[in-house]
Amino acid sequence: MSGHLIDLYGWSGALASFVLWLLSLPFELLNWIALQTGAQKPGPLVGFIDWLAGPDLTALVALIVAITIVLLWATAFHLLIIMWIERKMYSRLQDRRGIMIGLGSVEILRNTIGRIPILGAPFRRPSHLGTGFLQTVADGVKLFQKEVITPEKADKWMFHTAPVIIAASTLLLFVAIPWSDGFWLMGSIENGRPVNPLGILFILAAFSIAPLGILIAGWASNNKYTLIGGMRAAAQLMSYEIPMLLCIIALVVFAGTLDPFELVRKQTAPFSLGPVQISFLPNWYVFNPFLWIAFVVVFVTVIAEAERIPFDIPEAEAELVEGWTTEYSGMRFGIVFGFKWLRALAGAALISILFLGGWSGPVFATFMVPNMAAAGQMYPVPILPQEFWFTLRIYLIFVVFVWIGWSVPRVRIDQILNIGWKRLVPLSLLSILLAALARGAWWS
Amino acid sequence: MAEMWINMGPQHPMTHGLWNLRIKVDGETIVDAEPEIGYLHRGYEKIMEVREFQKNVVLTDRLCYVSSITWSHCYCLACEELMDIEAPPRGQYLRVITNELQRIASHLMWLAAYGPDLGLLTALLWALRERELFLDLLQLITGARMNQNFPRIGGVRNDMPSDFGKYCRKIIAHFRKKLEEHEALFEQSKIFQMRTIGVGKISRQEAVDFGVTGPNLRATGANLDLRKLDPYDAYPDLNFEPIVAYEGDSYARYKVRMEEMKLSCDLIEQALDRIPDGPYRVKPPRRAEGEAFRRTEDSRGEALFYVIGDGDDRPYRVKIRSPVFSNIFAAPIMMRGNKLADVVAIMGSIDVCVGEMDK
Repeated sequence: MSGHLIDLYGWSGALASFVLWLLSLPFELLNWIALQTGAQKPGPLVGFIDWLAGPDLTALVALIVAITIVLLWATAFHLLIIMWIERKMYSRLQDRRGIMIGLGSVEILRNTIGRIPILGAPFRRPSHLGTGFLQTVADGVKLFQKEVITPEKADKWMFHTAPVIIAASTLLLFVAIPWSDGFWLMGSIENGRPVNPLGILFILAAFSIAPLGILIAGWASNNKYTLIGGMRAAAQLMSYEIPMLLCIIALVVFAGTLDPFELVRKQTAPFSLGPVQISFLPNWYVFNPFLWIAFVVVFVTVIAEAERIPFDIPEAEAELVEGWTTEYSGMRFGIVFGFKWLRALAGAALISILFLGGWSGPVFATFMVPNMAAAGQMYPVPILPQEFWFTLRIYLIFVVFVWIGWSVPRVRIDQILNIGWKRLVPLSLLSILLAALARGAWWS
Repeated sequence: MAEMWINMGPQHPMTHGLWNLRIKVDGETIVDAEPEIGYLHRGYEKIMEVREFQKNVVLTDRLCYVSSITWSHCYCLACEELMDIEAPPRGQYLRVITNELQRIASHLMWLAAYGPDLGLLTALLWALRERELFLDLLQLITGARMNQNFPRIGGVRNDMPSDFGKYCRKIIAHFRKKLEEHEALFEQSKIFQMRTIGVGKISRQEAVDFGVTGPNLRATGANLDLRKLDPYDAYPDLNFEPIVAYEGDSYARYKVRMEEMKLSCDLIEQALDRIPDGPYRVKPPRRAEGEAFRRTEDSRGEALFYVIGDGDDRPYRVKIRSPVFSNIFAAPIMMRGNKLADVVAIMGSIDVCVGEMDK
């Protein structure tokens, strides 16, 4: 369980030295010019050059590169995949094939690579037989080409700030969510193990920023539909955060930590609860009789937080046109719409870390890879890395989201609040009680 | 929050056509509603005055684009009354068969629209998949999928193909099984029950006062089906009981339509069993004088044509009574006091077709 597929620390070290070298080139040039002109003594310019090439800037650039990698991994890779999964999956539920645009639909690829006798076969497939993966890319490109229209009487500053708030708060989630023992941004290494003592708290805090952006978007658009949608979103998201937080408090009471790494480490062992030991069952909290109520409640609230059917009343397209996103166009719309998927993805990751054992999984075999940071050292890396197991869990949870979402109608605003306050809050209080009982019996 | 008016329409996902529903809301609660129609007015009654009797059939087809045959059928019956002729028995049975096929297709279109109204897009694809079978059947008998132009004054345009009965029974047997899946998708869903039971209630008295007809009236407990009450064509020969529900809410309206689809299947099978041989059409006179009206049970309620002839080969005046026109103005009664999200649950269950409403 100690595999490192992508050692960010090592990667960033190598990248940092490369960037450092690139940065140093113009200053070397400056130095050379300074030497040629006869200025032999070190002046202020040389000191500036030293500062630029020093450890501070290197660390900053390394951090920016690492953030970029993680965010691209989340947005460019996982977002496209889960959009594709959702569209293919609900199409199958609806007895049709769904999106079919593939590589063969791109004319320039078909006419060039597709002409290569054997290797070009995937590029020769007719456009109605593709996998459909390029459709999401095409939709993104289409949204980029569209004009961004600002309603005349909208509060322009707030109108354009809201997507930034929503996007930024969603990306904050991905800064805090670890993908494995080795692939993470937020945390530190103590005793050779990654720790992030308040990681779960940070994730929950980041989750609760988005309703603010939604409310601003709904208000600033100066449209009755967006206003109602924004108000609905605020009411719904805030009332569903409470049972979610309470259930996670139950989990924290039981497990005694807010550290995602520690939570996953605790769930990696075989099942044990007080006197009960089951060797073939992993110690996932979803199997724990004291915590499965919390699991159900968190699952429901994550669906609500991600604004998915049956809880998608903020955008309820039947009565509110497109809800609080009505007035957005172009890539503004793409951001507020696409980042809802990302929040669902983050919710699935949270469920996985809290209840389903995170990235733990069987290690069938390992192979050695060299460490980029320290020459001569070798890492054992599992054939199926931890990121694979984590991603698999996230996608399976997401498939359940899709499955639920496309087989039930949406509930009404008063019903949604009834469910939240009259069902989920008592259930989450009950699960706190159960967790406290288990804790009191020293069973955790 | 202060009360405000919201325009739902003319371009809005809820409308299923081109009309405007103005809603006065207090927060999320509906205080008042006000349908505004006329966006799709094409002057049907006036156009029909300048065309010959027989040529008007093609116009009446386009009154409702999901229920063409029932409308041209009603017009043909009114003209037959005016000209004092009657379609031969085979023609009458063919009319019954195509009418009921059209009714199923129309109700399936309603079901397909009702699902997305409530956020269940899967229902759209499923219902349209089944509707396709009935459009295929209509295509087999009439040659067209949408505007069939099939009924004629004095009968129908053409006989059915010899193997039509075989295909028809096969598809109906298949459809009965599929309809159970649809019922499972809707009725076994607790959320669907939460959204529809007790929503959009209208009493029988209010429904009658507003002139509500069809499935919407039968959902309030009134056993009023013109196929039984004022029978026409071959309906007196067929055994059936009108579908009635008593609650008067959206769920009852849904239930009536679902049961009506099953009833239509029975009627088609009975008609296929009993269809006699013989001619399917008589030649009508070109000119007519006098006045006549005929009402039929359309997919959405009571359709009525009132035709006056002045001895010319074209009608002097035609009056169309559209069921949706009356039904839609009972919507404010159903809506008051409900939530904003119930607008779609109510308007979807009323089954609006703007083409016939605006004429």
